[in-house]
Amino acid sequence: MKLFTFKGGVHPSENKVQTENEAIQTFDAPKMVHVALLQHIGAPLNALVKPGDRVLKGQKIADSEAFMSAPVHSPVSGVVKKIEFLPFPLSGKVNTIIIENDGEEELAELKTIKDWKSAPKEDLLAMIREKGIVGVGGACFPTHIKLNPPKDVTIDTLVMNGAECEPYLNADNRLMLEDPKSIIEGIKIIMHILGVKNAKIGIENNKPEAIASMIKASEGDNGIEVCPLKTQYPQGGEKQLIKAILDREVPSGKLPSAVGVVVQNTATAALVYDGIVNGMPLIEKVVTISGKAIKKPMNLKVRIGTMFKDMLDYAGVEREEVDKLVMGGPMMGMAQHTEDVPVVKGTSGLLALTTAETNPCKAKNCILCGKCIGACPMGLEPLMYAKLAKFNQWEEMGKYKLMDCISCGSCAYICPSNRPLTEAINIGKAKLRTMARK
Amino acid sequence: MAKLLKMGPSPHVRTSETVEKVMYDVIIALLPALLMAVYVFGIQALTTTLIAVGTCMATEGIMQKIMGKDIEVKDGSAVITGILFAFVVPVTMAYWIIIVGSAVSILLGKMLFGGLGHNIFNPALVGRAFVQASWPVAITTFVLDGQAGPTMLDAMKRGLDGTLVAAGNPYMNALLGKMGGCIGETSALGLLLGGAYLIYKGQVNWKVPAIIIGTVGVGAFLFGGDPIMHMLSGGLFLGAFFMATDMVTSPYTEKGQMIFAFGIGALVTLIRFKGGYPEGMAYSILIMNGVVPLINKYTKPKLFGGVAK
Repeated sequence: MKLFTFKGGVHPSENKVQTENEAIQTFDAPKMVHVALLQHIGAPLNALVKPGDRVLKGQKIADSEAFMSAPVHSPVSGVVKKIEFLPFPLSGKVNTIIIENDGEEELAELKTIKDWKSAPKEDLLAMIREKGIVGVGGACFPTHIKLNPPKDVTIDTLVMNGAECEPYLNADNRLMLEDPKSIIEGIKIIMHILGVKNAKIGIENNKPEAIASMIKASEGDNGIEVCPLKTQYPQGGEKQLIKAILDREVPSGKLPSAVGVVVQNTATAALVYDGIVNGMPLIEKVVTISGKAIKKPMNLKVRIGTMFKDMLDYAGVEREEVDKLVMGGPMMGMAQHTEDVPVVKGTSGLLALTTAETNPCKAKNCILCGKCIGACPMGLEPLMYAKLAKFNQWEEMGKYKLMDCISCGSCAYICPSNRPLTEAINIGKAKLRTMARK
Repeated sequence: MAKLLKMGPSPHVRTSETVEKVMYDVIIALLPALLMAVYVFGIQALTTTLIAVGTCMATEGIMQKIMGKDIEVKDGSAVITGILFAFVVPVTMAYWIIIVGSAVSILLGKMLFGGLGHNIFNPALVGRAFVQASWPVAITTFVLDGQAGPTMLDAMKRGLDGTLVAAGNPYMNALLGKMGGCIGETSALGLLLGGAYLIYKGQVNWKVPAIIIGTVGVGAFLFGGDPIMHMLSGGLFLGAFFMATDMVTSPYTEKGQMIFAFGIGALVTLIRFKGGYPEGMAYSILIMNGVVPLINKYTKPKLFGGVAK
């Protein structure tokens, strides 16, 4: 079988085996849900409800006029108790609507477009926005914006990201295995919106069952092709995926649309289908719960707004063993300082990692081994960033193409000296952005 | 509220490889050559090596103390410098010169630059160059089986018959190290075994030693020498597998490493055939060490999506 791949990258221990055969379980909606009013890249939302209001499951409860935004919906039926400024998993605090679940699961009236094939593109895009759909692969870019590329570019291919290259995670894997039809239907809707005839689904070859499942579900659709990928991190990076599958290189500083491509996550496609044909807004999420400190690693379908603490209690956690609690994968996920934060639309994993897994180690001098350079999928010299950051040489970091860094963490992962590479990169990017604004 | 958990940027997992593991792999790889040296030169080869290693570790520890740095003599890098320094001197060299030379290796070659990772030149070769300048006779007197004599390269340079150097098949002698020369340089076989281990462990890119040895072979052929003998003799294998591949003092991209390797091979050929020394490995590596910043500058990796200018 031909395997597609890109140059560079690393191959961390996959740690998929703990949850790859765990069928998705449904976690009952908790008594209290905490819906954060910032779930995606872009502006925080304004609440459309106030304490004391009764809300229905699927009812829109917050929205924004800002271009880069998507509304959020109540994951349960119940009564709004409070709107408070609370910690959420993306850093800092944000307004959060706390809803007491009445357990009725009473649905709001949900608009659908059953006959999407004859619907105009604008209506479908508006409906995708209305359902609060964002890219659930991690970045949470609002999907209606991504599916509406600039008029001056021609999109010829839809690339579907089913790589799930982050270790530990199996949320997308299980969804491709258990509900391939929704994904394929979603892909067809997206192809219709983009007006493209070709869709390529990239899946790493450590998920043979998902590959088989998606091939089977796409039989008869000539435009949809499953492309097995070499298991290599960051295979799911947009630019790496396009390079691997289509051998096209997105130019530095440009978006995939520059080479005629739009990339979507497979789970997002299922949401598009569910939103348009069934009318269901994005109110739940499949989350992989794993890590050595978890007693029963599992894949759990949870409502947005479920507290991490409740999920950890459900899966069982050895709290004394936890070195780091991470939302997302171990390579790009975010460390959490508390369990008292809720699931957001981009939550794909919840990892309770022990010191044996995180392998902390004192930072040493750079020995110029060049492993970070070999691992960088963007062709950068990461070792220079730690060096330059130490002397506040931010502009020089820009000359070393810092803004092309996709923050995949491959360099920091591979470094035998455990250099603070991602720290330097994060600070450098922030500094360069501030300087660019001035 | 539950206890606050540890923060920190991604990635939250890291490779099991550490600087120590890299260094200890190199030390393991140097052992076959050390065993061959003991076999050929006797137990003094081992004593000399241990003295050099001890001196290097002590010097590094004292310097780290004086400079207010963390004491990290156990990271293995000073051990490597000690072994390599012992490997590039004759077994007959006085112990006090060994001590001075290996102390200079660490002091001048490494710590004054700021310690591990900051040095430009291979520390062991800095020590060797110092000794060569200070006690030229001591470092060029080679004894085998109680008899002083020329090395193979020396003999070839002076147009002598190779069989004069030692009895038996000269190629086999060169392979096993049964000829006059420095402690760790002579046995091509021992070095090859260690080198193969490093390549297997992913610490060394096979292209670097291959290019150096290949260039010298081709060069010797072009200058009318014996290519096989030139490839097997002198410090070529030791330098090619263990010094030109030193991460700190070689370029950090593959392309750069290949240019670096070719430069070393070309300089060695030039010195051996046109220079004043019979052997040129040490100086070739030191010279190319100095060129590394320039090579790094002009062999940047290709930016993904980089637009051709």
